[in-house]
Amino acid sequence: MTSSAAPGAPDLAAAPQAPIAPVRRERRSVGSYVFMPIFLALVCAGLYLYVSNQELDTIEQRALNAGNITAALLEHLRLTAISTVLVILIAIPLGVLLTRPFTGSYRGVLLTLANIGQAVPTIGLLALMGVGALSFIDIDIGVTAAIIALVAYAVLPVLRNTMVGLQQVDESILEAGRGMGIGKFGVLSRIELPLSVPIILAGVRTALVINVGTATLAAYINAGGLGRIIVAGLSTNRITVQITGALLTAVLALLIDYLAGIAEDVLRPKGL
Amino acid sequence: MTEQTSTASSAATAPGRTMIKLEGLGKQYPKEPKPAVDNLTLEIPEGEIVILVGPSGCGKTTTMKMINRIIEPTSGRIILDGEDVTKADPDQLRRKIGYVIQQIGLFPHMTIAQNIATVPKLLGWDAKKIDARIDELLQTVSMAPETYRNRYPKQLSGGQRQRVGVARALSGDPAVMLMDEPFGAIDPITRDRLQNEFLRLQAEVRKTIVFVTHDIDEAIKMGDRIAILQEGSRIAQYDTPEQILTAPANDFVADFIGRGASLKRLNLSRVRDIQLSQWPTVQLGEQPSRVLDVLRASDKGFALVLDEQRKPRRWVSAPDLQRDENRPLDQIGLAPEAIVEPQATLNDALNELITANYSVAIVVNASGEYQGIVDIDSITEAIRTMRTDARARARVGLDEDDTVDEAAQVGR
Ligand SMILES: Nc1ncnc2c1ncn2[C@@H]1O[C@H](COP(=O)(O)OP(=O)(O)OP(=O)(O)O)[C@@H](O)[C@H]1O
Ligand SMILES: [Mg+2]
Repeated sequence: MTSSAAPGAPDLAAAPQAPIAPVRRERRSVGSYVFMPIFLALVCAGLYLYVSNQELDTIEQRALNAGNITAALLEHLRLTAISTVLVILIAIPLGVLLTRPFTGSYRGVLLTLANIGQAVPTIGLLALMGVGALSFIDIDIGVTAAIIALVAYAVLPVLRNTMVGLQQVDESILEAGRGMGIGKFGVLSRIELPLSVPIILAGVRTALVINVGTATLAAYINAGGLGRIIVAGLSTNRITVQITGALLTAVLALLIDYLAGIAEDVLRPKGL
Repeated sequence: MTEQTSTASSAATAPGRTMIKLEGLGKQYPKEPKPAVDNLTLEIPEGEIVILVGPSGCGKTTTMKMINRIIEPTSGRIILDGEDVTKADPDQLRRKIGYVIQQIGLFPHMTIAQNIATVPKLLGWDAKKIDARIDELLQTVSMAPETYRNRYPKQLSGGQRQRVGVARALSGDPAVMLMDEPFGAIDPITRDRLQNEFLRLQAEVRKTIVFVTHDIDEAIKMGDRIAILQEGSRIAQYDTPEQILTAPANDFVADFIGRGASLKRLNLSRVRDIQLSQWPTVQLGEQPSRVLDVLRASDKGFALVLDEQRKPRRWVSAPDLQRDENRPLDQIGLAPEAIVEPQATLNDALNELITANYSVAIVVNASGEYQGIVDIDSITEAIRTMRTDARARARVGLDEDDTVDEAAQVGR
């Protein structure tokens, strides 16, 4: 049995080595709460000033009008949200199952499968491209394909963190719980899961950020998102459009990471 | 001799009703060559603290955890309060058994109140009753409810956590408690305090307690009855602390007690149980010449000056009197030290008198009145008596039983 990546996390049997999304222990300062939104607002304002001072040709105007950007942003958020929700729905129950004693023998196989999605991202991309070819017939197929790829890509951090989170719970706490006559399900729902919340949330946050970034590629299979603007800029060779698309994606990723960070702070059980 | 024997044996505490009965209990871990617990039969009387003690790995923890089926036995039966619980629903069973482990295992994401409320909630008590119970228990373990109710475990000291662990185990008012090295991870001074508190608490609540330790001193201090276990949880001796110290059943027990069994035994008897020595005493304000007469009549060399309430005030000797002939008695000689009460153990008295003037401890009652003196002679005498009693008790088995045990055979 090899020692796993996280210190104090026993028995991630045969799990391929990949970093575990870290948990911040200390609460942040007020300054750090305020800094990020101000910074992001400044970036957006700067971008707006820059774009509005440009002489825009018709192609640029078509790409950079408010309606188009809003639509792309909403598509992007939809892709991210749906894929992240699916990731959570798949990875957390799977993580719970894989840490129960009776699944010991399947653990290695399933973790390896989950690992493929992330460790070999090109496979995900290839699948995305392949199915994506069909999407010119029907846009929904493109969106579905994109979501499948995003889920495959982001399932691992949540799965790993769920498993590590559950396994790091102190054995003596569980024994005390069982010894008092709390049933198996009660121990899971009232002790193990609450005590794993910080680590699971760190995994969810990582998945979110991965999804925001990767969703940019969905544009290649006609599934929309902010990537659409970048792709338009690239294919028409308009640098302003490229910059706008890229910056908006970055701002969105940082904003979502920031919000997820706040959620982590709020949802972490008191007393930990 | 025979007369003394019979009184001695009836003086040994008679066990009450059996609360827990282990019948041929065994645990064979998979892939282990030998069973961790090998055919153990043990009866635990109601309202007593029974200590399981023995060297590391002998199976104490495994034995204890089979009682609440945290570990499932592979053979034998567990009878709890007359009912066979070997196949009972483990969750229901555990709610009736208090459980304290060395690591305590408080739930870090719950407040102290929520921790204590766990079992009452499982038992379906109503909120009011639970609230009252939490406060009552916190008070029982000397923690102010207003201060500690809403704290989280990380905001407590180690000793306080251990107290909460005990309170939590008592919350459902179980008749039986299992405690696995509950004071093992605590510094010696706090441990001593917690042990004393726990004994006081037990005198009130009278639970049936199975207590695991590997520390023979803790076993002697805490136990009404001690089971000394050998590898495979085989019982080397199951008896009262007195008997184990004075009449170890075999070499294993004698070895395990180690040297200084006599000194350990001093923890078992109290000052009130022994014959106190009488030293000369005089009243404060007595004429020096009278005091000298008293001193001359005794071989002790010192007299204890008592005031009107018979409280010890001063030690005086003949040279003190001659040197300061005109000073009052309470201003000459030496201040009395090493004052103990009758419920102090002989061990306490010995510790006191060793460092005191004239190597004696003064015994006073609760209101401070002089009762007598403990000196080295009284302690030696007490040890001698204990040893004679023990030998006498050990011989009882020889007269009654046809089966002669190994130790006796060697003795012939
Ligand atoms: N889960 C297990 N699987 C296999 N063997 C075990 C298991 N738990 C305990 N044992 C073995 O059973 C024996 C008794 O263990 P147990 O924990 O009951 O000892 P103990 O008397 O409590 O010791 P200590 O004083 O060190 O706590 C030991 O030899 C131990 O190695
Ligand atoms: Mg043990």
